[in-house]
Amino acid sequence: MALLEVMNLGIAFGGLQAVSQLDMKIEKGHLYGLIGPNGAGKTTVFNMLTGVYKPTEGDIILDGTNITGKNSEKICRAGIARTFQNIRLFDQLTVLENVKVGLHNQIEYGVLTGIFRLPSYFSKEKEMNRRGMELLKIFGLEKEAQLPANSLPYGKQRKLEMARALATNPKLLLLDEPAAGMNPQETAELMETIRFVKEHFKIAILLIEHDMNFVMGICEHITVLDYGRVIASGTGDQVRNNPKVIAAYLGGD
Amino acid sequence: MKQLLEKYKTANKNTKRDMLNYLLVLLVFGVVQLAMGGGLLTNSMKGQLVPICAYVVMAISLTLTVGILGELSLGHGAFMSVGAFTGVLFTMMNQESIASEPVRLLLAFVVGTIAAGVMGLLIGIPVLRLNGDYLAIVTLAFGEIVKNVLNVLYVGVDGTGLHIALGDESRLNLQENGQVLLGGAMGITGGKKIATFGIGVVLILVALFVAQNLVRSRTGRAIMAIRDNRIAAQAMGINVTKYKLIAFSISAALAGAAGVLYGHNYSAFQAGKFDYTMSIQVLLFVVLGGMSSFRGAMIAATVLTVLPELLRGMEDYRMLIYAIVLIVVMIFNQSPKAQEWRQTIVEKMPAIPFIQKIKTPKEGK
Repeated sequence: MALLEVMNLGIAFGGLQAVSQLDMKIEKGHLYGLIGPNGAGKTTVFNMLTGVYKPTEGDIILDGTNITGKNSEKICRAGIARTFQNIRLFDQLTVLENVKVGLHNQIEYGVLTGIFRLPSYFSKEKEMNRRGMELLKIFGLEKEAQLPANSLPYGKQRKLEMARALATNPKLLLLDEPAAGMNPQETAELMETIRFVKEHFKIAILLIEHDMNFVMGICEHITVLDYGRVIASGTGDQVRNNPKVIAAYLGGD
Repeated sequence: MKQLLEKYKTANKNTKRDMLNYLLVLLVFGVVQLAMGGGLLTNSMKGQLVPICAYVVMAISLTLTVGILGELSLGHGAFMSVGAFTGVLFTMMNQESIASEPVRLLLAFVVGTIAAGVMGLLIGIPVLRLNGDYLAIVTLAFGEIVKNVLNVLYVGVDGTGLHIALGDESRLNLQENGQVLLGGAMGITGGKKIATFGIGVVLILVALFVAQNLVRSRTGRAIMAIRDNRIAAQAMGINVTKYKLIAFSISAALAGAAGVLYGHNYSAFQAGKFDYTMSIQVLLFVVLGGMSSFRGAMIAATVLTVLPELLRGMEDYRMLIYAIVLIVVMIFNQSPKAQEWRQTIVEKMPAIPFIQKIKTPKEGK
């Protein structure tokens, strides 16, 4: 059975049908791309999958359970984590603390344990620090661990968002334009990192990206959206040569 | 001692900062004790010692709500009054049943703190759905409601037990030997002054302990994550409502504890003491202290309570100077030019390691 199954998903904001009749299947351990011109509804799909928006029709099934219309918090616990197109870090917390917030539901202790510093406080904090640093190392952020998150340069902030999302121990990771604002060399490094993450954590990844070299180079399966509808899906080569896709990007009839 | 010093050196930056706050409180306590022994404090100043402690605890409490949770509360005086009234009523009622005075006071602290905490929880459930200005207005209204209810609340005790009534003393239906404890707008009369400066300082240390440890824990991180970015916090699987309520209730409970201390410093007080001017005053401490700094808020609370007392000799000009000090501190703290100027001063300083350390955090920007 597929890890994530999306059936006939749609959302309307008043009279505007932003996404309609979206079908998608995501298998464990694979990399998927979601592309389309600006305003096609890609981020809206992400927002529905993570509970920021409630879909007005359709179903989202994750690992056999229906998560349609649940709030972000429950969906995160169910196993979908995400990054944001417009970076949303916890600015005043340090880099390490950002990742530790991601570990919130992975390593737990109560309010009173924290206030009175009972023995388990120290062991659990130590474990959080260890796992946090491990994740930061994957993204090359271990030197910046104690800096405030908003002091990082843009590219590193994007990486920190990924590390933080991974800390929630997801089955499916959604990346919203992970390579935005990166130069070609950084983009190439990022591709390696994303492949490594997929192998190392054995998770599925769905990403939105405008950099076609990036998408074609890394994604095994690509879905193309235009005006809120799927106009094509398949491997990179299938999608690239699809006349509908060419028309959507370059114009045509 | 050497071991402690070694431990201090190896501790991380945050722990050091927290430790320094405890030391600062103890240091001030020591200095004041010495000054008192040397007869350097005027009587009116001595009278201010316990209220200052209560204000400092209030400042810590409101820093939790405003600085750490990031929500504006203009009704914090109300939680203080809930603590003060329940705490003092408790001690008055148990004058005979609990013989030992310290035990009675300790239990009063427990009762007052829990009452205010529960109140915070009950108010928080409907109110914390709002954000920003709306929350501020609602808390302001809530503060007024509490004050007005306390103004018409009558509590008395007689042989048959506790009597509570609204509106009129005669509705208490007390027996002849009965005693009115809380007389509506007259407030509480006939209480005992049993709070001391020492108790106040212990309360400050306890409040600091709770607040600082909370901030450095998993719970505190969740609360600050909500402050920094609510949508991202939710996407990390944090139950936003739950953590907002936890922060607000703990903050209210600490305000209640401050109220118990404050109430036990007077033989009589009224609900009018805890109106919105008190709430705004406490907010002033927090803003002046730098919004999310416990140390800053504590210093601001102390200075702004002592200042009018020190300026007593200047009579007419006293509030004018108070206002000017406020404006100057604000400019010194916040204006970009002043910050630049402070930076150049620091750079011109000789290479003392301590001062060099102050410089470093700015470089990140």
